[in-house]
Amino acid sequence: MADEPLVLGIETSCDETGVGIVRGTTLLADAIASSVDTHARFGGVVPEIASRAHLEAMVPTIERALKDAGVSARDLDGIAVTAGPGLAGALLVGVSAAKAYAYALGKPLYGVNHLASHICVDQLEHGPLPEPTMALLVSGGHSSLLLAPDITADVRPMGATIDDAAGEAFDKIARVLDLGFPGGPVIDRLAKEGDPKAIAFPRGLSGSRDPAYDFSFSGLKTAVARWIEAKRAAGEEVPVRDVAASFQEAVVDVLTRKAVRACKDEGVDHLMIGGGVAANSRLRALAEERCERAGVRLRVPRPKLCTDNGAMVAALGAEMVARGRPASDWELSADSSLPVTDPHVPGAPDHDHVHEVSKDNLYS
Amino acid sequence: MDTATPAVTAALHDGTSVVAASSRVDARRHGELLLPAVDRVLAEAGVKIDAVTGVVVGVGPGPYTGLRVGLVTAATFASALGVPVHGVCTLDGLAYEAGLDEPFVVATDARRKEVYWARYENARTRATDAAVDRPAEIAEQVAGLPAVGAGALLYPETFPDARGPEHVSAAALAALAAEKLEAGGEFLPPQPLYLRRPDAQVPKNYKVVTPK
Ligand SMILES: [Zn+2]
Repeated sequence: MADEPLVLGIETSCDETGVGIVRGTTLLADAIASSVDTHARFGGVVPEIASRAHLEAMVPTIERALKDAGVSARDLDGIAVTAGPGLAGALLVGVSAAKAYAYALGKPLYGVNHLASHICVDQLEHGPLPEPTMALLVSGGHSSLLLAPDITADVRPMGATIDDAAGEAFDKIARVLDLGFPGGPVIDRLAKEGDPKAIAFPRGLSGSRDPAYDFSFSGLKTAVARWIEAKRAAGEEVPVRDVAASFQEAVVDVLTRKAVRACKDEGVDHLMIGGGVAANSRLRALAEERCERAGVRLRVPRPKLCTDNGAMVAALGAEMVARGRPASDWELSADSSLPVTDPHVPGAPDHDHVHEVSKDNLYS
Repeated sequence: MDTATPAVTAALHDGTSVVAASSRVDARRHGELLLPAVDRVLAEAGVKIDAVTGVVVGVGPGPYTGLRVGLVTAATFASALGVPVHGVCTLDGLAYEAGLDEPFVVATDARRKEVYWARYENARTRATDAAVDRPAEIAEQVAGLPAVGAGALLYPETFPDARGPEHVSAAALAALAAEKLEAGGEFLPPQPLYLRRPDAQVPKNYKVVTPK
């Protein structure tokens, strides 16, 4: 069992209820229930609505994942769950569910980090992660550059956004252009028909004295909104496709330049890109181009594995089991600001014997 | 189990009586405390987990975040064991525990200066649907009645005859459910009684993670 553990993963950090099942680095099931449509009319994720939806979807999504994978819950080697970071109330539903499920089945529980899971999911696509791996995580909730010498134990922050997440900028610009929510896919689509060089939007934190690996998208967001508003005020038509293309270019230019530079500076020859924005076609293309020039191997999972899902949590959980990392306690709590440096939340060592006693009592 | 009030409470009932119970009052730590409470009652009773034939959960009304802990725990626990999960109104559990044989009111703290409440004919018979209101607005409907629960104790102007129990106990909930099962009574679906619409405000910068 140690090499190819069978693990079920639960993800509820935002608006997707995800339950995935993996065997080692092989994906067996990736069941998702999303409340994104409910949030659309609010132009963003409403935490209470997301939490209510997680509760409703939890058991059906677990059952669907087991059915898709064709495995029995009794055969699982462990249950993994996103312990953080994310929306507190949403995380709590998943953590509570995972604890009860693991407990009732007599399986070890692994509370894992959402960001480390976004990186680890690539094992399901491209096999074991090279060590170290540089990872660029970009979504509506995060924009981070992370160095991962060991995804189960050692993840180091290189840089992060100092204001908005990249995906948030896409949502905001889509809102300004009346394109609906979420903004990423529609801007990507329109940008393909626009000229990325039409408008020179600013590249945040790109000066020689700026932090090398941090990001800032707030200024860009404001600049684009102002540019659009000026056009409208002048009674001119807004060239939506050119705005989309030029805005998107500004975002992906900074993201890829900094990521590739971090690889070079650290002597890392693999770059992994994950998170919802990794589905962006221009980000993929530009990263490919720049990585090739720099001699860096690029690894980007398929879009469905880039957005939040349970498979990524299962992938990291399986790695925890395979490497013999300690399981979490039944007291495990949801931590909305779990530091990226904690790939998982191990239990207190002095608690172990207590569980062993009750385990004999309960399951033998 | 029940997490609709500040009490995190679990109990094991064998069809005849409560064999183990655990309650802790900590409104902020439902998520951390519930499963250890379940573990404690099973271990204390010395019962193997496969012996559990059903799960009873308080469906509220109660403050949402804590309430969901009990419901999702009960649902996944029951799903893993392949046993049914029965919903019981949390106020009914309190009423049962109060044991009064006359008309009375159960009121719990709904925060935001409101109470979750219902009127009862006696300990086993609820007379009104659970509702959420400001105490002053229901003063006439509860006038002259004894009242139990933290919501009653919090607002003595509306509930001059307030008394305990303050919070629900899973022991009472389980005993009530055992009676119902025996009598073939009906349960509620294991879904939360929120009684309020979600606050639809999009927070700024949700889920932003800034390591450093
Ligand atoms: Zn994410």
